[in-house]
Amino acid sequence: MTTQQPLIELRHVHRHFKKGRTDIPVLQDISLAVHPGEILCLVGESGCGKTTTGKIMVGLLAESSGEVLYEGQPIHGRGRKDKSEYRRSLQIVHQDPFASLNPSHTIGQILSYPLKRHHLVSNRAELRRRIWELLTLVDLTPPGDIVNKYPHQLSGGQRQRVSIARALSVNPRLIVADEAVSMVDVSIRISLLKTLQSLRDRFGIAVVFITHDLALAKYFAWEGRVAVMYLGRVVEIGSTPEIIGSPSHPYTKALISAIPEADPILTRRKETLPLRSDDIPSLVNIPAGCAFHPRCPFFVPGVCDQEVPALEPLNGYGQEVACIPLTQGMGLSIRESNAAS
Amino acid sequence: MAGKEIVLSVQDLSITYLTRRGRLQAVSHVSFDLHRGETLALIGESGCGKSTLNFGLMRLLPKNANTETGKIVYTDRAGQKIDVLALNTRSLRKFRWSECAMVFQGAQNSLNPVIHVRDMIYDTAKAHGLNNRSEVRERALELFRKVRLDPERVFNSYPHELSGGMRQRVLIALGLLLNPQVVIFDEPTTALDILTQRSILNVLRDLKEELGFSSIFISHDLAVAAEIADTVATMYAGEIVEMGPVNDIFYEPRHAYTLGLMEASPRLSVGREELDGIPGSPPDLVELPTGCKFHIRCPFAIESCKTTQPPLEQASIGHIVACYKSSEVLERGKELRSVSSTARVARLS
Repeated sequence: MTTQQPLIELRHVHRHFKKGRTDIPVLQDISLAVHPGEILCLVGESGCGKTTTGKIMVGLLAESSGEVLYEGQPIHGRGRKDKSEYRRSLQIVHQDPFASLNPSHTIGQILSYPLKRHHLVSNRAELRRRIWELLTLVDLTPPGDIVNKYPHQLSGGQRQRVSIARALSVNPRLIVADEAVSMVDVSIRISLLKTLQSLRDRFGIAVVFITHDLALAKYFAWEGRVAVMYLGRVVEIGSTPEIIGSPSHPYTKALISAIPEADPILTRRKETLPLRSDDIPSLVNIPAGCAFHPRCPFFVPGVCDQEVPALEPLNGYGQEVACIPLTQGMGLSIRESNAAS
Repeated sequence: MAGKEIVLSVQDLSITYLTRRGRLQAVSHVSFDLHRGETLALIGESGCGKSTLNFGLMRLLPKNANTETGKIVYTDRAGQKIDVLALNTRSLRKFRWSECAMVFQGAQNSLNPVIHVRDMIYDTAKAHGLNNRSEVRERALELFRKVRLDPERVFNSYPHELSGGMRQRVLIALGLLLNPQVVIFDEPTTALDILTQRSILNVLRDLKEELGFSSIFISHDLAVAAEIADTVATMYAGEIVEMGPVNDIFYEPRHAYTLGLMEASPRLSVGREELDGIPGSPPDLVELPTGCKFHIRCPFAIESCKTTQPPLEQASIGHIVACYKSSEVLERGKELRSVSSTARVARLS
């Protein structure tokens, strides 16, 4: 990785949620850095903590312990001006375009609030010009047709474009796209992603792309990195082609082997990695040691169920993996006694 | 699939909804035959009429829907032909579930949260005239084993005690309870996690092999269709615009919309890909465009596409398509494929 200062950095971040009297550890010991202009994908199944991580990055949720640094400085305990600056620089696009836009305001109004709040425009003519510009940037043209419409008059894809325009309005340095295209139809998805990509290329905005769809992550973040999460921890991180092409962690291997492909011959030939159990353990009762060990076909008794594996470098290419048998050179082998699922 | 016995035959089916804005054409002039043991996948985007079509087949449409034209002929095990649209309420009840079952989208909402799984099974069986509880129980436990559930535990559980994947498996078992010949799956793996989706797909494949039922599979996910279908039909704006064997549709699409869908779907094990979305959005079903419904978004469109509707024509064995430019689409698809396979070779070497 570059030695450049990261834009945002999480250091040993934990986050608990209270449910009744029990504490549910949603994130455990997350350390991640996003550099300016970078694409980082967070992938994993539901409940793995990807959205919580994204929300902590943009400051919508506070961490329970650990540190969040923006340009090397902690985000908490900043002065008012500094805080507003940090808030402005990090924006989020939410998953559901039907819930994230106020239904009683027009698109023009929705886009004007952040501009006014952060004093980015000084008069009405400028405001109007900026809104026009934003709508054009996200390919909602002609802008004149859109500004006076209400969210319900737009399609899902168009609404998501409005969300992107809103995030963009304050000249952010990072956009967290939380499943931003998962509720949009296949034919619209790619053009939305292309819009995001072109904005990144044009303005050098870093993108944290949160998704459960690895094929989409592969397409969007080919030049970036992918972090695979499982039950609140990052289990593997590395450059996209590495992770997708030669996954190391057993969980990543299982995910990639399980995904059907839009190619009948390829998908029917694919060999699935058999798991020891199909059930995801509950967050209330996370297995000791490596959280994946009850399902892992490569489970080594006495090793994997004892110690929580830390993310450690695997090769010289910046790929890191949290798996003791791998990082300690024991290798992975399917044991007969384990293989029966 | 040709040559095999036809179980369900749909001819010229059109369904409209009466809305405040006018008549909404949800399904128009759809025809297809479903053979014994065949899996037909319907692909297309939201609002293309896939779900309406299937509700129409089961006659589960809401009151404001009207089946304008068409015929649905079902052939039962004895070889008797049944006109589904002419069935009275009583025979319709018998037809549903024991002849043709449906597994709905969203396992969370399809199970009654306040009764045990076992009671749901007993109720279903009773409504269809099976009163011998121990027989029903045996059958249910056997099906639970087949869908890889822990039979005893699940049988005596409430839905909230089960995970999403387990509930989906319960629904599949429940759908098969009365041994139907045709099962309709409405997005059975949507909203499930990757590993859960995989185990459901494996379960479905094994079940089909073992029980030999025919199925109609609705999915917006092309990868799922590629995995499970024998035949694929592409729907756009209420019409089937292309239908054929799964390999033909994926490797030699002849309709511009099918090609567009393929080009918009990333594949994991192919290296870097150039993908393209389809410009524009699906048409308003109340005010449908003239000619080919896709012409506004179609890069291949010519003058005649705007005025006259292209007829469904046979392109190769079992492969039909409604597109004036189908040979150009085929060529373009081959070109794109050869580019992506060079990318793959480049990555492997």
